[in-house]
Amino acid sequence: MTQLCVELPGLNLKNPVMPASGCFGFGREYSEFYDLKKLGAVIMKAATGDARYGNKTPRVAETPSGMLNAIGLQNPGAEKIIANEVPFLAKYNVPVIANVAGSTADEYVKVALAFNNAEAVKALELNISCPNVTEGGIQFGTDPDMAADVTEKVKAVSHLPVYVKLSPNISDIVGMAKAVEAAGADGLSMINTITGMQINLTGREPLLANQTGGMSGRALKPIAIRMIYEARQYVSIPIIGMGGISTAEDVLEFLLAGANAVAVGTANFQNPNACPDIIENLPYVLQQYGFTSVTDAVGKGHRR
Amino acid sequence: MKKCTEMIVTSVREIALDIFEMSLANEYIATAAVPGQFLHLFVDGHTLRRPISIAEVARDKGTITILFKRIGDGTKRLASLEAGMSVSAIGPAGNGFTYKTSMSSALLVGGGIGIPPLYCLGKELRHSGIHVKAILGFQTENQVFYEEKFQELGKTYIVTDDGSYGYQGLVTDVLDQSGKFDHYFSCGPIPMLQSVINKLGDQSGTISLEERLGCGIGACFACVIPSDTEGGYRKICSDGPVFAANEVVL
Repeated sequence: MTQLCVELPGLNLKNPVMPASGCFGFGREYSEFYDLKKLGAVIMKAATGDARYGNKTPRVAETPSGMLNAIGLQNPGAEKIIANEVPFLAKYNVPVIANVAGSTADEYVKVALAFNNAEAVKALELNISCPNVTEGGIQFGTDPDMAADVTEKVKAVSHLPVYVKLSPNISDIVGMAKAVEAAGADGLSMINTITGMQINLTGREPLLANQTGGMSGRALKPIAIRMIYEARQYVSIPIIGMGGISTAEDVLEFLLAGANAVAVGTANFQNPNACPDIIENLPYVLQQYGFTSVTDAVGKGHRR
Repeated sequence: MKKCTEMIVTSVREIALDIFEMSLANEYIATAAVPGQFLHLFVDGHTLRRPISIAEVARDKGTITILFKRIGDGTKRLASLEAGMSVSAIGPAGNGFTYKTSMSSALLVGGGIGIPPLYCLGKELRHSGIHVKAILGFQTENQVFYEEKFQELGKTYIVTDDGSYGYQGLVTDVLDQSGKFDHYFSCGPIPMLQSVINKLGDQSGTISLEERLGCGIGACFACVIPSDTEGGYRKICSDGPVFAANEVVL
């Protein structure tokens, strides 16, 4: 019997697979396709202090083996999410992770405080890496001092474990990982999308209304694997790995790189049953490659 | 309820320049689908599915007919499918047209690849005893499709941008000739919808919108459109694609 369960700060996961923030809304739509209790956890769409409308359309564009998005953190605001969305997810008895975003450190703190009162929320994912908003977001995620500062401030007010979501749009991922670990992060979430652009040949202008967007999908996987592999050698806090995962084999690759659990994003758009399909296949893939549990495989891709 | 399921291609043919008509068999979708809904089709080698409107539902045969324009790599691939092959579909997706069965006449105004869902609707309206008139706009003669099928439903006006077939101009140029009707239904490019809504003023109407979709089921917020309703926006894929003409801001 292959063991899929994983224990992480604040998170008692029956399996290591969860939908990634922004690719799953608040779960309602996917609950029409399968029982959400099959999931290891759910990471909600980003919450900001007040409601945000987001960017103009077009907000998505397809790219080779991936896609660009520039949604712009559209959400109804933390209070409404806690009132209307968290109770829905709580029914499934699955750990909920709240993705926390903001334009200023104060806004991150305000949102983090709000989630202290949401019982089903078991951890925060600190979104310092959204590339699609003009203020905040990725600014915090590209400067290790700013990232450490906002991590400390959120840790000071929240009673929940904090997983800091790192951006790949930097040259020194290890320095960033070490900075937020030192600032008290309980875990890392890596990686967010990488900034890209597509130009429409007919219109002779960027296809996305926001001009740039975050690239996700399979094309991102080698970048994510490399960054997790590097970070794993220098930090000891757990890593939730993500970036182009669409199969159970991909999950194993992330575990070998050093991730302790994984999130599935863009694959949900291609196959609404992507998460349960991966969860179902994972025991066989682990077994095929000689592992008896998920935890057994973590970090095993590193040469001794 | 929508499902993610396999559909079997039963026929594919090019009925006008780059316009393909494809029939797909799936008992569940053929039973559940209504005019205005769409299929979100997986295309091999592509990250995002392609949303394609339903042009005809044959419940007795368990098939759905879709029309699409071969415009990029995804639709090119879709057009290369052959009878007997299977394609993954999320469907029936979105909300269909709603209308008062008490009305006596309807005007259908369609542009290009926005026309197919109106055919599906027109057939249903005729079935309910509602008179149908149609104004169909195309770029040019070799792109005209379904003229005879619409003529079977009611008086049909064909308009081409270059005047190579039917009337020359825009669909709005022949609106005056179409006479009175109780309600209009329109689908096509946004500029066309804007002109139709402007020209028809206070007439009650329903529109169907196209947009680049992400998930196609309402989770990703890629396809929103401003609205005066609570929240300030609507999602085209899951609140639409059909909206009252005054419900969204184009």
